Amino acid sequence: MNILVCLSQVPDTTTRIVFTSDGKSLDKNGVQFIINPYDELALTKALELNESLGGGSVTVVHVGRADSESNLRKAMAIGADKAIRIDADATDAIQVARELAVVATKEHYDLILCGRESIDYNGGMVGGMLAELLGLPLINILTSISSNGTEAEVSFDVDGGRAFAQVAHPFVATCQKELTEPRIPNMRGIMMARTKPLEVVSALANADQTQVSRYEPPVAKAGCRFVDASDMDQLVSLLHEQSKVI
Amino acid sequence: MSVLVFAPVQDGILKKIALEAVSFGVQLAHGLQAQCSVLCSSAASSEALQQLQDLGVSAHYSAEHDLNEVDAVVHYLTQAASLFGAHQLVVSNTYLGKSIAPRLAVRMGIPLASGVIDVPKKSDTGWEVRRSVFSNKGYAYLQVLGLPCVMAITPNSFPVESHPVGEMKTVALPNTFESSQTKIRVNRVDRVLGKIPLTEAERVVSAGRGLKGPENWHLVESLASSLGAATACSKPVSDMHWRPHEEHVGQTGITIKPDLYIAIGISGAIQHLAGVSSSKVIVAINTDKEAPFFKVADYGIVGDAFDVLPRLTAAVQRFKASHA
Repeated sequence: MNILVCLSQVPDTTTRIVFTSDGKSLDKNGVQFIINPYDELALTKALELNESLGGGSVTVVHVGRADSESNLRKAMAIGADKAIRIDADATDAIQVARELAVVATKEHYDLILCGRESIDYNGGMVGGMLAELLGLPLINILTSISSNGTEAEVSFDVDGGRAFAQVAHPFVATCQKELTEPRIPNMRGIMMARTKPLEVVSALANADQTQVSRYEPPVAKAGCRFVDASDMDQLVSLLHEQSKVI
Repeated sequence: MSVLVFAPVQDGILKKIALEAVSFGVQLAHGLQAQCSVLCSSAASSEALQQLQDLGVSAHYSAEHDLNEVDAVVHYLTQAASLFGAHQLVVSNTYLGKSIAPRLAVRMGIPLASGVIDVPKKSDTGWEVRRSVFSNKGYAYLQVLGLPCVMAITPNSFPVESHPVGEMKTVALPNTFESSQTKIRVNRVDRVLGKIPLTEAERVVSAGRGLKGPENWHLVESLASSLGAATACSKPVSDMHWRPHEEHVGQTGITIKPDLYIAIGISGAIQHLAGVSSSKVIVAINTDKEAPFFKVADYGIVGDAFDVLPRLTAAVQRFKASHA
């Protein structure tokens, strides 16, 4: 199958998030950027699907600047055949979705995968917006998939449970944790990635609909009150009377 | 300019997240000096409709569909919005809401603010909305450009309050949605009955490697049951398959916002805290008094899980018995 995987680049999970003094952006000093973990699962699953069907191609697409190219090479080292970088800063979900939609319509893709959300903005909106822009079905929070190339059997998380369904290709799916284990690039993959194509395309310059005007750090907690392990009645009474949570 | 809220119904009853969304919608409408209307399934009971009226809903649009299907909800919300002039659309940011909101926003050509945690303020350009970012490691103030928009609100962030405005009128929407419009054929849905969904839970009891093995989880479940709480776990516990992956809270698991989060035998690594730091009250139980979790907890107990858990469960049961 011809599969498109949408990647975003995010601060590594151990990062201590600090904002610039004017509060307008993330302080990127010393921050390592990685491929969004959920997008890595999407990439791995795309490769697995093609391995079981034989043949096909996996293209990764990303909205970002040149600083993301090392992560795109990493995606190709993991196994993607080709990378496309849409040269623009990612500003909000609709702006990203519209850029991705342009690439998604340049070729016929049987399947478009992305992570269920990015761990920096936690929006989880791009997949759904892309599906609507392309007029395709959306499987949100995908937990398993098998396909014969024409139709797929899928399972996905729903409120309070899990759904099992069938859907014909093409469709869009956002990937959830249980889907697979992320692949680690091996030496051969890293070598091959150097010569795989990384195409840079210009952006639509379409407008965003939301803008972050400022960031603020979370309010620090007042401090921990220790309660003796032998006095749980006291804890319960504090939770009831003081905190009013039980 | 009016507000239209999607209120999901289950077994005829309005879900708690639906009541929150409606209360939010009523507040939003009040700020705009407009009315709040609701879309819900014709399966809603008469008690549910009375609840809507008590919350302050002016009009109720009824669709002949269970509205558990994304495409149907998007269809009827779009239809109701255009028939009755609603410009603010509100959904709760559950899994269903996360599938509805982006499709709805694009179909209607309006902005989407996802993960709203406070009642937004009107601004010169539209709305100012606050949302959590970087997996709870910060907040962002988002300017939504334009007043008409879709707001997907975070569960358990808004109180349910009654502000009746008078009699609620009911309008039956024409039956225009065809199931064949949906290209996804759902064969079955496995629901864990009686289990509180973690994303909507007000109280959560969570445990980590300190529990030593999956066979000890009955201690966690007893406490959860006594509190009417959902259960959760740390990443290592989920990776070792001691607990189902849906219980993993953290940066690469799910982010939750309960009123009470009790963490037992979890050290408090930055990635776990990212998933739970928005909790109103955190109680940490750990044998290690230097555990990082104590730095963010409201209450701390230095002790062994196997000793503390049964004691705490018994204390909760005593409390519930005396406050029955």
